[in-house]
Amino acid sequence: MAELTYREAVSRAIAQEMERDETVYFIGEDVAAAGGVFKTTEGLLERFGPRRVRDTPISEQAIVGAVMGGAMNGLRPIAEIMFSDFFAVCWDMIANQIAKTRYMTNGQVALPLVIRTANGGGVRFGAQHSQSVEAWAMAIPGLKVVVPSNPTDMIGLFAAAVRDPDPVIVVEPKALYAMKADVPDGEIVDRLGAATVLREGSDVTICVLGSMVHRAMDAAERLAADGIGAEVIDVRSLVPLDTQAILASTTKTGRFVTVEESPRLCGWGAEVASIVAEEVFYDLDGPVVRITTPHIPLPSTDALEDLAIPSPDVIVERVKASMG
Amino acid sequence: MSKAVRSRSDKPRTDEAVRLEIYRMMVEARLFERRVHDLFLQGLVKGTSHLALGQEAIAAGYAAVLQPNDLVYCTYRGHVHTLLRGAPMAALMAELLGRANGICGGKGGSMHLTDVSKGAMGSYAIVGAHMPIAAGAAWAAKERETGQVVVCFFGDGTTNIGAFHEALNFAVVWELPVVFVCENNLYMEYTPIRSVTAVENPAADRASAYALEPILVDGNDPDEMHAVARRTVDLARSGDGPSLVEARTYRHGGHSRADPAKYRPEEEVAEWVARDPIPSLRERLIADGIDATTLDEIDRAAERVVDDATAEAQAGPPPDRSTLLTELWADGGSEWRN
Repeated sequence: MAELTYREAVSRAIAQEMERDETVYFIGEDVAAAGGVFKTTEGLLERFGPRRVRDTPISEQAIVGAVMGGAMNGLRPIAEIMFSDFFAVCWDMIANQIAKTRYMTNGQVALPLVIRTANGGGVRFGAQHSQSVEAWAMAIPGLKVVVPSNPTDMIGLFAAAVRDPDPVIVVEPKALYAMKADVPDGEIVDRLGAATVLREGSDVTICVLGSMVHRAMDAAERLAADGIGAEVIDVRSLVPLDTQAILASTTKTGRFVTVEESPRLCGWGAEVASIVAEEVFYDLDGPVVRITTPHIPLPSTDALEDLAIPSPDVIVERVKASMG
Repeated sequence: MSKAVRSRSDKPRTDEAVRLEIYRMMVEARLFERRVHDLFLQGLVKGTSHLALGQEAIAAGYAAVLQPNDLVYCTYRGHVHTLLRGAPMAALMAELLGRANGICGGKGGSMHLTDVSKGAMGSYAIVGAHMPIAAGAAWAAKERETGQVVVCFFGDGTTNIGAFHEALNFAVVWELPVVFVCENNLYMEYTPIRSVTAVENPAADRASAYALEPILVDGNDPDEMHAVARRTVDLARSGDGPSLVEARTYRHGGHSRADPAKYRPEEEVAEWVARDPIPSLRERLIADGIDATTLDEIDRAAERVVDDATAEAQAGPPPDRSTLLTELWADGGSEWRN
């Protein structure tokens, strides 16, 4: 065991995979010499050299297009898109090209590639550098999407993503980069499509993702003090989705809540809630509850951003209200 | 015609066998696309189709110089490039007809013809998208030291989209073995390219912005086209980085099957049809001593090839219903949940 920050876990994750497989390359803006604008990739250039760890121009279409073409011709490349908001300028590459090419060619083209990106709010960057875009990605058939909520998951899920034969978007909550946690020594390899029950409880299932995991855990602690047993499920992987874990917990508790750091409409929780409603409706003891940001762009100032993103207070309050 | 450098340095002349092969490829491509058009009018080819009638010399010139492991990326006007890369004609025709024996099992269609086994890495239907992807394939070729060259064909309209500029800069900075070939047929869909572009030659006049030699070639001259292909592919293969070629050409028909192309002056159409690369090469070959009967035999053989491919394609069944849900993922399926 060693204590690692999330940002250190990112570089350890990339290094673990580059060490193992010489066809793994890593490119992006300011990722090599500068070590990443969030310092998530420090030391990789020195360790793996300027061919395998490489700075690009500010050309998101070229970056994502290059890893697609590279994957078509024998590499297992990793691209960093500095802020997930920038997906909007290379969305053709992701949504039209990477996601669809295998299907359109009836399986002729394999795209073993990873796009990792800093996502979400909580760091006062304003509306164009704070979005949670995981729902954009999960809406496109052909993309796998994972959101690690702690350093160990970052390494394990990232390794699973690199080793996966399909394109995977790794969404890193930038509010968690400074988070520290004990991480096991040695190689860590997880699998895609497995949710984790972080805390058991019998009264309500709280389904969470990314930075909201920690707020939900705080809320669960406080709910416990009031005699409410909250079961917290870290979804971790939106595609593939571990619906069985979610449905089993909901069947047990009879109540289902999502906490999402994204605007209300079409957040990931809407899809999960619809599955719950369709498949275990008669096991529910009350209405499904979605806790999201309001349907607005995120404001910059802390006074307003903190109002927008679900807090432990809000989670406690909404859960209690839903239980009557 | 242009401030750009015209390519004329590419002698010696292509040898006879290669010229006959280029002739054969152009004739097969022409007859194939005419058949596609006929089948479209019969309602058998659905959706849309973008024909390259009149533009065949460009794809043929490159096809004649590429090695088996080289890679080609093309656009939704990509029937000819895919065919001349070696994709089986019957499987291409079957794809256009939406049959199970189609090259993509009916999932791709006219705008997405692909045969990875032949290095035909796909036809891309979002303008410009394949340019960064082609650069990426060239990046992998360079890093893996495979000796491959990547050729990326695109239209004149592409020169005004961001991906064009991102890909060129990227390919030059990383010194990638890729040749970008602009097929300037003078119209971006329905609009004259000149009327929406800041420069006269939409690709060649941009070359200097990326420290590239401006190369402007008559895309309807099969000999010149082959010479430029030879030179630019050799440059890429020898490690001298990317090239940007602008080949002037003209499509005999409209943008797509929906377009009668009435926006083009009749005299302009007549002038370009008179410069059709196939009769031009035929006349030259005869003038250079090739027997007309040799060329006639190539023509007849091409007709048989197209007839046979059409029959084979039409004999195929529609895709099995189960294939709707296959090949989204590498495990062969499309499941997203447990």
